[in-house]
Parts: sequence; C-alpha cells; structure tokens
Amino acid sequence: MTDAVLLQTIMFYIFAAITVASGVMVISARNPVHSVLFLILAFFNSAGLFILLGAEFLAMILVIVYVGAVAVLFLFVVMMLDIDFARLRSGFMRYLPIGALIGAILLAELILIFGSWAIAPGIEGLKAAPMTATAAHGAMTNTRALGDLIYTRYVLAFQIAGLILLVAMIGAIVLTLRRRGGVRRQRIAAQLARSRAQSVAVVNVPVGGGAGEPVEPVAAGE
Amino acid sequence: MPALPMPDLLPALPEIVLACAAMALLLLGVFRGERSTRLVSWLSVAVLMAVLVLSAMFQGEKHVGFYGMFITDRFAVFVNVLVLIGSAVTIIIALHYNEEHGLARFEFPVLVLLATTGMMVMVSADDLITLYLGFELQSLALYVVASFDRDSTRSTEAGLKYFILGALASGMMLYGISLIYGFAGTTGFTGLAHLFGAAGGPVPSNGLIIGIVFVSVGLAFKVSAVPFHMWTPDVYEGAPTPVTAFFSVAPKIAALALFVRYLIGSFSGLIAEWQQIIVFLSGASMVLGAFAGIAQRNIKRLMAYSSIGHVGYALIGLAAGGAEGIRGVLVYLAIYLIMNLGTWAVILCMRREGQMLEGIADLSGLGRTRPGLALALGIFLFALAGIPPTAGFFAKLYIFLAAIDAHLVGLAVLGVVTSVVGAFYYLRIVKVMYFDEPLVTFDRPLAPELRAVLFVAAVLTLFFIVYPDPLMGGAQAAAASLFAR
Repeated sequence: MTDAVLLQTIMFYIFAAITVASGVMVISARNPVHSVLFLILAFFNSAGLFILLGAEFLAMILVIVYVGAVAVLFLFVVMMLDIDFARLRSGFMRYLPIGALIGAILLAELILIFGSWAIAPGIEGLKAAPMTATAAHGAMTNTRALGDLIYTRYVLAFQIAGLILLVAMIGAIVLTLRRRGGVRRQRIAAQLARSRAQSVAVVNVPVGGGAGEPVEPVAAGE
Repeated sequence: MPALPMPDLLPALPEIVLACAAMALLLLGVFRGERSTRLVSWLSVAVLMAVLVLSAMFQGEKHVGFYGMFITDRFAVFVNVLVLIGSAVTIIIALHYNEEHGLARFEFPVLVLLATTGMMVMVSADDLITLYLGFELQSLALYVVASFDRDSTRSTEAGLKYFILGALASGMMLYGISLIYGFAGTTGFTGLAHLFGAAGGPVPSNGLIIGIVFVSVGLAFKVSAVPFHMWTPDVYEGAPTPVTAFFSVAPKIAALALFVRYLIGSFSGLIAEWQQIIVFLSGASMVLGAFAGIAQRNIKRLMAYSSIGHVGYALIGLAAGGAEGIRGVLVYLAIYLIMNLGTWAVILCMRREGQMLEGIADLSGLGRTRPGLALALGIFLFALAGIPPTAGFFAKLYIFLAAIDAHLVGLAVLGVVTSVVGAFYYLRIVKVMYFDEPLVTFDRPLAPELRAVLFVAAVLTLFFIVYPDPLMGGAQAAAASLFAR
C-alpha cells in the first residue's frame, strides 16, 4: 500500500465516521438549530467523500446548493417558525414499535436485494482503479465532461427539468400572490406631473385670525 | 473526446411547440393582466389542436431520438390525441366555471398546457429518466391546479393531500428506478427490452423484480388503482369541478399508456413476473369501484369510485399482455375519455343561483325539468355502466375478449360481475332523474361551450357503433407499433 492510498483510506474513514456521527446527531439533538448545524457538517463531510471519489464538481455543488442554500433556508425556517419540537417528539415512544418493525422489514429486504448483487467477472479488477487522465481524455475535467453530456446526450432531460422548475415557480406565485385592494402605491408619473397650482394654495390670513380650514391641495390625477 | 452532436429535435417538435406556446401565453397573460384570461384560454385550445395536428403528422413513424430517451410511434400519437382532446375540453368547460367562481386567471390554461407537455413526454418516454421527468412535470402542474381555488379549504386540502401522497409515490418510483438501473445496468427501454424483451432472456435477479414492482407502485398511484387509490375520492371532491374532470381523464390516460409502454415495451419477457401484480390491481380496483360507489351521495365522489373501477377494467387489457389486450386498453381509454368528459359537463351544469350542486338527490326530477340534460346524462350513465348499444359496452367487450384469449377467464368473469354491481349505482341516478319528484331547478341557460361539449360527447357515445372503424383501426395500428420493436 503506497502512501497516497494509505492517506486516502485514512481520509475516507475520517469523513465517513464524521458523516455518520453527525447524521445521528441530526435526529437526536434536542435543539433544532443544532440539528441543522449537524446537517451542514454532514454535507461538508459528504463533499469530502465526493472529492476522494474524484467527483470534484459534485462536491462543490453539494457545498454550494445544500450548505449554501438549503441548509441556510432550514435555519431560517427553524428560527422564524415557532415549532414546538418537544411536542412533535412526544409520540416517539408510541410510534417506535411500528416504526422499528417497518425499518426491520426494509432492512431485511435490502439485504435480500443486495445478496443477489453480482459483479461481472471481467470488471473485478476495475472496481478500485482510480480514473486517470489518458491522452484521449486530455485535460477533461468533471465539469467539462458533465457539460458535454448535459447539453447533448441529456438535453431533453435537462430542458424538462427546467420546465419543472418553471411550473414550480408559477405554482408558488399562483397560490400565494394576492393583489390587495386599498394599497397606496407611489405613482411617480402623477407626482412629477403636479403643477404648482395643484399643490400650493395662497391664503390671505387676516391679522389676529387663523388661517381657517386648511385648504386641501388638489392631488394630481385624482 | 469530441462532444456528441446535438440530437435531432424534429421528433419532439409537438412537445417543443407546446412548451414554447405555454411560455409565450404565460408572458401574454403577465403583460395583459387578468383581462386576458378568455383570450389565453382560447389560444391555448388552438395551440392544443395545432399540436394534435403536428403530432399526427410528425410522430407516426417509429423513431427513437435524443440518444434513446424519446420515442415516437403510432402508440404515442394515439395516446397524444386522447390527452390533447382531454386537455382542450377541460380548458373549454372550465371557462364559465372559473369566471363564476372568481378563478378566472390566465395561469390556469398555462398550467394545463404544461401538464399536457408532461403527459406527452410520459407517453413518448423511452427511458426511465424521461419517464420520471415527464411524470413530475405533469404531477407538479396538477398539484397546483388541484388547489387552484386557494380560498377554499377543501380545494387547498385536496392539493396538499395530492401533493404529499404524490411525493411519496414519486419517491417509491425513483427507488425502483435506481434498483432497475443497478441490476440491469441501463435505464433505457431499448436496452431493457434487449435484455428482457423476449422470453428466455437472462434470469432476473430479486433486485430487478423489486425495482419493477416499485416503479409499478408509483404508476398505480397515478392511475389510482387499488390499493393506491386512497387519495382519489378526497381529491376529486375537493378540487374545483373542471379540474376534477381533467384529473379523471388526461393524466389517467397518460399514466395508463406509460404503464403499458413501461411493462410491454421493456419487460414483456418477464410477463410471468408482473402479470400477477396487474391482475391483482385490476381485480381489486374493479371490486372496490363497484362496491364503494354504492354508498356515495355526492356525485363527485361517485365519479371518483367510478374512475377507480374503470381503471380496473383497462388494466385487464394490460394483464392480458398481447396486442389484442393493448388494443382493448386503447379503445377503452378513448371511449372512457368521451363518456367521462360528457358526464363532467353535465355535473358542471348542476348549478342553482350560482352555487354548484353536488348531491345525487339534486338531480331528482331532471327528466321533467330539463329533459335534454337528463337525456344526455342518461346516455353517459348507460355507457359508463356498459349497457349496449352505447360505446361503453364495446369498450368492455374488447377488454373481456382479450382477457379470455389470454386465459384470464377468472378476471373476465370478475369484470362482468362487478359491471353488474356497478350498473346499480349508475342506473339509480337514472331512476332519480326520471321517477323522483323535482326538488330544485338548475340555472338557465347553459353556457354555449358546455352545450357543445355535451352534444358532441352524447352523439359519439350513442353512435360509436355506427362507424367504429377509425377508432378501432387507429387502436389496432397503435398496439401493433408497440410490439414491432
């Protein structure tokens, strides 16, 4: 075992152990904010695992999208909404038996499924071989390779995914946007079009008397 | 490595036109505001019809494009035509309803167009990835239109319920897809058909079978086959009525077609493995649809159980497997589309002083107060019950014949028995209409577009037998194209 492989193995176990440990903490931490912070830690360590696999693009996407957007959104939601997590957890023991039963069945099924897994004999040696840059690949990076495929081989899937996001956007607007009546909006054109006569009234105030009733300036355009 | 060339876009021209038109109409609506709802709706109908023509012109030839992700053939065209008609009629019958209930917003036709795009992609899917993406595009648009009446608790509840259960179904489907990919090494239907398209291929591993089952569960949810039907009555009752009409036709037809293409197109060699699942789904749906419908007092819930039952009948054809069975499914879907749209058009006419009525008792005496409407509903109910000489009888006939050919006699007998049970609740409505004392009178006059839909659907249902050749021939060619791989 060369030094590089040894280092990789050590890094793998560090990343994997922290990922699993923080995953456990996500569901067991008492404070929901801590849960989200552990989730972020799990994301960072998974990104590390991706880098070990040579998938640097996925690693960066994981950090940018999940840590940068999703987890921060979670944090906001947890902090803004007053969710009573203690009450949500109160039924935990009551649902434990049925949950454990379903989990056990799923686990048994998974073991059954992967028991039937077979790796083609010819590719046994390729399993652990790292991807090396060959002359044919040139300086092909992950990002470049993905781009080459997404916009050609998978252009249909890519475009449909875009349409799905469009539908999500339309849906969010349709279901939540409300036009309220009686809102005072600024009308810049009307403001600029006001003349002096409409906004200033010259009142001849007699000595000893008040200005009388204030004169309403005529609002432009009303 | 040189980049792959851009694939030929022409096979997907109808889908591309539809998606671009939806976006253009969205922009039109945004700039013209709420006043443009009628304009956007009618333009949407025009676009759907134009796409129908394009699909019939360009997609008839068998062609696998987009590097094996997208397939065009007669089967796709046949189902596309049904889906497009269903969507167009939905937009037409929704016009009046939406205006009456303050829902006249231009997003509705746009969302229907986008859902239709998803359905067309589903129908033409030749890869599990395309299947999933089309499925999601369609579903997401449907969740939104289910809760389109956002100020109504029932509508919001319907949308939310549909969304949560739909997300669960999508999750199962994705899990199944990943298992199939893991154990077969490909997601393309062509590749899967290469492995499992004929009997005597490699012995499938447990993982592959479980993957097939999981994807089937996702699809069964979408077509609301028992035991994945729980959401149907609640969503049908809660969603705005035109939306329910839409749910009961277009997405179901697309999902059933996808079910057919997924099982027949890629796993026809494994029919022994999946046939029992389909037989169970079909039998359970027919029984539940027949018996649960009896107790219903609300016509929208009744139609939900009716549609569950009809999915059961259509699935018999899929269980039968061969070209006969698939032809039966396609004929069934076409006739189901017509009679269902007609029935929903009548339900949309059930209004009094601007309020929608949904009780079956509200129909009492309709034969005296509105003889025309009662006659139309009577025709549709006879067809749904499968009584000759209406089209509904022939739909069931071809399905049962195919089942007997495939030695599924038990299923065919069950189908006949449940048809008789189901006929009870359809005919009870006819009795209520003609023999009970009138309780309420519905508003007059009917919207002209509703009247047109009613008339055309009634004529097609009643006189299908006079000239069945176009439908039968089309279905025959479509089914044959599925098997000519």
